[in-house]
Amino acid sequence: MSSSLIIGQYVPGNSIVHRLDPRTKITVIFFFVFIVFFANSVFSYATLTVFALTTVFITRIPIRYIMKGLTPVWFLIVFTFILHLIVTKEGTVLFHIFGFNIYSGALIQGFAISMRFFLLILVTSLLTLTTTPIEITDAIEDMLHPLKKIKFPVHELALMMSISLRFIPTLMQETEKISRAQASRGVDFKTGPLKERIKAVVPLLVPLFVSAFKRAEELAMAMEARGYQGGEGRSKLRELKIEKIDIAVYLLFALAVAIVFYTRN
Amino acid sequence: MRNKFIEFRNVSFRYSDEEPWVLKNCSFEIYENEWIAIIGHNGSGKSTIAKLMNGLLFPQEGEIIINGQQVNEETIWDIRRDVGMVFQNPDNQFVGTTVQDDVAFGMENRGFPRAEMVKRIEQNLTAVGMQEYRLTEPHRLSGGQKQRVAIASVLAISPKVLILDEATAMLDPKGRMEIMRTVSNVQEEYKLSLITITHDLQEVVQAERVLVMNKGEIWDEATPREIFAKKEALREIGLDVPFVAILTDELKQAGISITNEPLNQEELLEDLWTLHSRT
Repeated sequence: MSSSLIIGQYVPGNSIVHRLDPRTKITVIFFFVFIVFFANSVFSYATLTVFALTTVFITRIPIRYIMKGLTPVWFLIVFTFILHLIVTKEGTVLFHIFGFNIYSGALIQGFAISMRFFLLILVTSLLTLTTTPIEITDAIEDMLHPLKKIKFPVHELALMMSISLRFIPTLMQETEKISRAQASRGVDFKTGPLKERIKAVVPLLVPLFVSAFKRAEELAMAMEARGYQGGEGRSKLRELKIEKIDIAVYLLFALAVAIVFYTRN
Repeated sequence: MRNKFIEFRNVSFRYSDEEPWVLKNCSFEIYENEWIAIIGHNGSGKSTIAKLMNGLLFPQEGEIIINGQQVNEETIWDIRRDVGMVFQNPDNQFVGTTVQDDVAFGMENRGFPRAEMVKRIEQNLTAVGMQEYRLTEPHRLSGGQKQRVAIASVLAISPKVLILDEATAMLDPKGRMEIMRTVSNVQEEYKLSLITITHDLQEVVQAERVLVMNKGEIWDEATPREIFAKKEALREIGLDVPFVAILTDELKQAGISITNEPLNQEELLEDLWTLHSRT
């Protein structure tokens, strides 16, 4: 059961990518997503691909594991490729298949767009593969900090996220306990028509909600007893720190961006 | 003479005007570095006392003085620094995503510098024997371990009073032992008053003084030994009398004279094997 309790798809590790400041990772990935749309030459695609694959290599996460995570997306990539193959009518006709003329331009275009897709998803999944949810929460809190000026509840949002993360396993364990208790009373979760099975969820959800509210109330009291009075004047144990390696990553990424812009048509 | 640290002066409390009084005109004192146990049946008002001491509730009548300050809206943040509290449910007071984050929570609220937090996390987790679990997530800990972390979290802000509000009620016997051992170590190591609230007579034996609550009133105030001698009366107010006390009673009825009211098996054993030489 404990294996099913891993939240998200984080793969523990101690690589440079794992140890990078989460803000660095989020920033680089955010801009990478933009830059991918600017690539339009073989060389610019190659640069981005090398950048992405090198990162994957550094994380030491098995390629097979990453690819497995991308399974739902493969369909989309292949679909995009075929769509472009059929629709685009540029260049010379290469061959004829199922009543369609396949143009050389279509092949190139199909490859380019699928590549774009693949890079986008690969790089964004690297964030969740190498960063714990709580690190992402910390990074978001820090990066949204300027929004405090317009009274956006940044600290509260981050606290909500971290408490949710803390309670996901607890509530999952509880769900399992309740579903066993209800099964022992004759509730059938697994067989019967869909409508019946949906109905069977009700005796599971009601006690779960009741207990979640009770937990929330007790937690609020415990937090208050331990001196919680909002984000004002709080210090933080988990510290985000931009190290030399982060700066190196920024510079490397800037270089990659420069190459992309230099080599695009 | 020890200094008074907490003083209840004619305190009465109820949750709303329609409901009956949960506490009726209670007055008592708790001294510095004292271990006091508050015991009572469910609904006797013992947990309400704990919440009043921490400013989670305020009395309708009477006043509560803690460390020379009256408990009210303005003083609660100072008072919560002095009065640490561990609750019943191990899960619902664990705020952090890991053990060290949870211990840090109280310190973060008070704006402790990071270096100090790291030092105190190490020190307090060692005190409760949880230093190896610094980076463990709560769902991988047992109930007893979670409660030990909760104790460390409270100790981290160096309070002057530690209240355990039925902190062992949801634990198995092993977890209960763990906590009682931790608590007595802590009481020796840190200089603080300890208030343990419980409905289990077995847990009061180590205390210096016992307050027995019944129906919102202070029913008795005595040493554990004196309390143990009043078995019949305790049973009448719905408390479970420990096995040792029942056995002592039966032995006395059978004509065996046991002079001292034994608090645990060892003491009873001591009494029995020296019986012959005494008679």
